[in-house]
Amino acid sequence: MATVTARALPWYARPRVVQAMRQVKRYPVIPLGLLMILLVIPAVLAPLVAPYDPLQGSLAKRLKPPVWQQGGTIDHLLGTDKLGRDILSRLIHGARVSLAVSLVAIFVGGIAGTGLGLMSGYFGGKTDTLIMRLVDLSLSLPTILLALVLVAAVGPSFGTVIIVLVVLLWARYARLVRGETLSIKERDFIARARVAGASHTRIMARYIFPNVVNSLVVLATLQVGYVILLESALSFLGAGLPRPTPAWGLMIADGRELIVTAWWVSMFPGLAIMLTVLALNLLGDWLRDHLDPKLRHV
Amino acid sequence: MRAEPILRAEGLKKHFPVTEGLLWSTVVGWVKAVDGISFSIPQGQTLALVGESGCGKTTTAKLILRLEEPTSGQVFVDGKNVHALSGDVLKEYRTIVQAVFQDPWSSLSPRMRVREIVAEPLVVNRRVAAAEVESRVAEILGRVGLRPEQANLYPHEFSGGQRQRIAVASALVSDPKLIVLDEPVSALDVSIRAQIMNLLVDLQKQYGVSYLLIAHHLATTRFMAHEVAVMYLGKIMERAKTEELFKNPSHPYTKALFSAALPAHPDIVREEMILSGEVPSPIDPPSGCRFHPRCPFVMPRCAEVEPQEKAIAADHVVACHLY
Repeated sequence: MATVTARALPWYARPRVVQAMRQVKRYPVIPLGLLMILLVIPAVLAPLVAPYDPLQGSLAKRLKPPVWQQGGTIDHLLGTDKLGRDILSRLIHGARVSLAVSLVAIFVGGIAGTGLGLMSGYFGGKTDTLIMRLVDLSLSLPTILLALVLVAAVGPSFGTVIIVLVVLLWARYARLVRGETLSIKERDFIARARVAGASHTRIMARYIFPNVVNSLVVLATLQVGYVILLESALSFLGAGLPRPTPAWGLMIADGRELIVTAWWVSMFPGLAIMLTVLALNLLGDWLRDHLDPKLRHV
Repeated sequence: MRAEPILRAEGLKKHFPVTEGLLWSTVVGWVKAVDGISFSIPQGQTLALVGESGCGKTTTAKLILRLEEPTSGQVFVDGKNVHALSGDVLKEYRTIVQAVFQDPWSSLSPRMRVREIVAEPLVVNRRVAAAEVESRVAEILGRVGLRPEQANLYPHEFSGGQRQRIAVASALVSDPKLIVLDEPVSALDVSIRAQIMNLLVDLQKQYGVSYLLIAHHLATTRFMAHEVAVMYLGKIMERAKTEELFKNPSHPYTKALFSAALPAHPDIVREEMILSGEVPSPIDPPSGCRFHPRCPFVMPRCAEVEPQEKAIAADHVVACHLY
């Protein structure tokens, strides 16, 4: 009688490279790697990995091209700007600025929006109407105009940028959370919690909030990219962070009039913004697909 | 001797406004979901509310659970008016009245562990010591047929029947006197139903808890209830002890309801009684007896005078002009 022995392995082992590629497909390795290189490592370790002081330049070395161009030196891999500051160092410190601005803005905006959205969806009625009209108002504000007005009134600073961003960001969280709350509060476990005697605050914090966290994480990830773009745009227009700060948007603005003679001054920060935002969007898409398939529209 | 009933509802009414208009909404009518019903449940007994979808069963349950405010009428639990409670007495009420809902897939928060779900009534109301909560949860899980170590799992790791056991455990943990069972088995597989029904009946015997059973399935009702009230369009049509009602259904609506249920054996010859038409809208219920447009025994009087509840036997009340 023939016996069939179960083989533990397929008759050939897939090449290592193929196996590695499968891992790459399963996890968002590329966006995560890109983010680590472009944003997280530079931001956390800026003073350690940056070769030079981002604010201190030497006019003798101004406008040096990148290393592979004629006239470039190995001392300044990506060249220098018109004040002789090392572009690579400024990019690295700029990552820190971008990350700080976007995390603070998203955190503050997210908390405000989530709180208001929970109240709006849970209590309904007049509270809902009031908060949702505020959301509509916030979403209809012209970004740039608001930023310019605020900067004109208070002056450019880290705080002003954060305020502008929070005013623009909270509404999306409020809307998302309200929508989810509306559907969750009809479910029986909310009725059970009320029968058990849980207070409104407890129901919102213990029952509804944990069920919207997934969506919030997705939205927050997708918004980091948006915030970095926005912050760069504000800085470019002079309505963002004040001048010597090594912000990516400011660096592009500085290189604008030199674009023909010294393209590298604005090109590298531009590339950094593009790749970071791209990576964040890819990561956000991946998270959305894996955490919550319902959220195709965010 | 009759003890003071654990639950007493008197002239309970709930009318929901129907509004029109986007910015300035105006009330154009009222949905009379529950329209003046009275009943009581003695200690350790089960009253079943049966009727078609939309007859006001679930609204009644919500009124008793204080999830809705009644338009008029009162609910007394343990002699106290439920809708006038506040402070510590309200907390006390929240421990003595609990509920089990229909769908075990939506009645357990997917983000809480079984331990937290089951302990919630204790944690919210009594502030008992953590160690005591732990042992109480373990004990009650044992009572409903789950293992104490399953307390660390999340609801999605259980089957429908097990989830309903978790819901029962959570309802039972605070030593309640009354549990509202809103269609407790109708979302379960038929093979699981008997288990849960047996569990509920056993627990009732053990703890002396009263049940208000909301059901549309007559076999469930017959198995679990001591007394049955038949509802139609927000009114109680007939109320009797279970055996009496099943032996001698008197209201034409009750007869029709029983005739629509499948018999235990296909060869049983039964009186067929098929109702024509749809259930009328509760926004504008028929005048007189609500059942008269569909009643096979309708008389001229039925459209004009609303029938009062009449006792036709001991513990058997009917609201019909035939009696």
